[in-house]
Amino acid sequence: MSLVTHHSSLPLVIDIENITKEYVMGEEIIHALRGVTLQIRRNEYLAVMGPSGSGKSTLMNMLGCLDTPSSGRYEFNGKNVSEMDGDELATIRNREIGFVFQTFNLLPRSTSLRNVELPLIYAGIDPEEREERATQALTDVGLGDRLTHKPNELSGGQRQRVAIARALVNHPSIILADEPTGNLDSKTGEEIMALFESLYQQGNTVIVVTHEADIARHARRSVHLRDGVVESDELAPLPPPAAMAVAVESLGK
Amino acid sequence: MKRFLYELTESWKIAAAQMVANKTRSMLTALGVIIGIVAVTLMGTAINGISTGFDKSMAVIGDDVLYISQRPWTRMNDWWNYRDRKKIRTEYADKINHAIAATPNSNLMIAVPTMSLLRSVKAGDNSVDGVFILGTTTDYTLISTLDCSEGRFFNELESRGGAEVCVVGYDVADAAFAGRSALDKKVLINGHSFKVIGTLSRQGTFLGLFSLDSIVVIPLPAFKKYFSAKSEADVRVKVRDKTHMADAVDELTGIMRRLRSLPPEKKDDFSINEQQAFKSTLDAVKTTIAIAGLFITGLSLFVGAIGIMNITFVSVKERTKEIGTRKALGARRRTILLQFLIESTALCLVGGLIGLTFAYLMCFGMAAAFPSFPIRFSFGLVIASMIVSVLTGLVSGIAPAWSASRLDPVTALRYE
Repeated sequence: MSLVTHHSSLPLVIDIENITKEYVMGEEIIHALRGVTLQIRRNEYLAVMGPSGSGKSTLMNMLGCLDTPSSGRYEFNGKNVSEMDGDELATIRNREIGFVFQTFNLLPRSTSLRNVELPLIYAGIDPEEREERATQALTDVGLGDRLTHKPNELSGGQRQRVAIARALVNHPSIILADEPTGNLDSKTGEEIMALFESLYQQGNTVIVVTHEADIARHARRSVHLRDGVVESDELAPLPPPAAMAVAVESLGK
Repeated sequence: MKRFLYELTESWKIAAAQMVANKTRSMLTALGVIIGIVAVTLMGTAINGISTGFDKSMAVIGDDVLYISQRPWTRMNDWWNYRDRKKIRTEYADKINHAIAATPNSNLMIAVPTMSLLRSVKAGDNSVDGVFILGTTTDYTLISTLDCSEGRFFNELESRGGAEVCVVGYDVADAAFAGRSALDKKVLINGHSFKVIGTLSRQGTFLGLFSLDSIVVIPLPAFKKYFSAKSEADVRVKVRDKTHMADAVDELTGIMRRLRSLPPEKKDDFSINEQQAFKSTLDAVKTTIAIAGLFITGLSLFVGAIGIMNITFVSVKERTKEIGTRKALGARRRTILLQFLIESTALCLVGGLIGLTFAYLMCFGMAAAFPSFPIRFSFGLVIASMIVSVLTGLVSGIAPAWSASRLDPVTALRYE
């Protein structure tokens, strides 16, 4: 196991030290995480990989501040997350984390604009500024002409773009994507991954949780989990040429 | 505070969107509240109406008149205690008037004797049954609100002499003479002929129950002569100032005790009645109606509230994943709680408004169908039912909203 020191000049966003997580399922205690240590700096592009049951989802819940560890230390931008209560975690999620889900998780009866405005509503932003920022975020992902469409009027790829716009709209510290291409065909999947690539190029911190090596290949660093521990943590030797080409193309747009 | 208003506005928008999205379901759920509010409003209107009608009817009787009778008006369940009392005699009126004249600064003005019976009245082929035949003196005009729309009341001479003249109420004149003037016509009361010298102006009904216009007034001596001289009599006494009612009652009690020569240790063997006593009896009836009504309407609102609670629970369950997403995006517990509370409250409020509209239309219809029954739809009731709607919404929404706010985001996101 090699600890990666990557972009060592940039500040730490996530600093996890020896966290564990246990669940009680019936009479059994499940050790989902058995001591994970992980540091993620600003503007990293990281893939978290592992087979099902490896603790991948649990780690994602921890990283996304949806859950707190049973033991260990978790600091997010220097703030101790492990001891926060539900509402403090909600504030961290709202301000610092942009979620992208496999199933998009858009509100079905709301327009793209309204969906993207949601995190801003929870941040208490005024309606005018909210609309302006949501419009900008949708334009940034190439959906400037789909503001008033509802999810059922959009293709899968467009839906995921709305979700990415929603993740970006509050300028979070990390973008946390859980199997973001799992419900998309491979061509659309590649487009979405290209979008992540360009977000990374613009300076965002991107974490993609996936079990697909093809998807993980786009990242600059990949962390493999197995049985609740980090099995390997390595930098990609070189950016995959295909991904770079798409990225350059999409940046040029 | 500003933040709270902000969240409130956003929650209202979500609630409105939810209702529009689930129109049928929302309407069916709100039905319980609609029925509840209709019941509450109609009950309130009925109580209001009875109260107003009573006040109107009381004004006709006169609230500044005391009635000396053999028994109290308000005690129906122990009449045997009063059965053996001496009868009230019409002669007391004169004696009371002497006593009033002899008292400086008396609280009383004038006493007038009355006797009454129910008889049928005939004019030609027309017959009116159950007419209230009132025998009294010309002084009756001084203590009542009666006035003649046509003709005149009988004078002192006719009154003392027991002339065979009468003054008829609106209903009697209308039924016996069918629109033609009753003046100078003859009517037969119990087979005895009386000449009509006046028609009373219309009084309306007592609480919509019976007419105050089905009346014939005749001179007291004629009443005694042709009907029973032994039938029960009352003496009505008008007080000078109705704000000193208690003093007037005391004074009259004193006069009556002297008339009856009662020694101090004996109890009164007569009753002095006033309409206030009536009012307190009615208040008791009103309270009973209100309690029974409140129970029934409370029950229907309760059923409505359970419906709302049920549908809110269903809504929370259905939208578990949405709640998870909202939480992931930064919704706090309070925000989720507020959202579902507002949803149930909005549902109740819409139900309440629809219920009010129905109730208003029903009152309108009832007022048109039964013009004699007093119905009043008051602004206070509108406010009250709105408050009741909101409270129902809050009470029925709190449990589901609480459970939604406590959902664990990880579990909620994984819910399919």
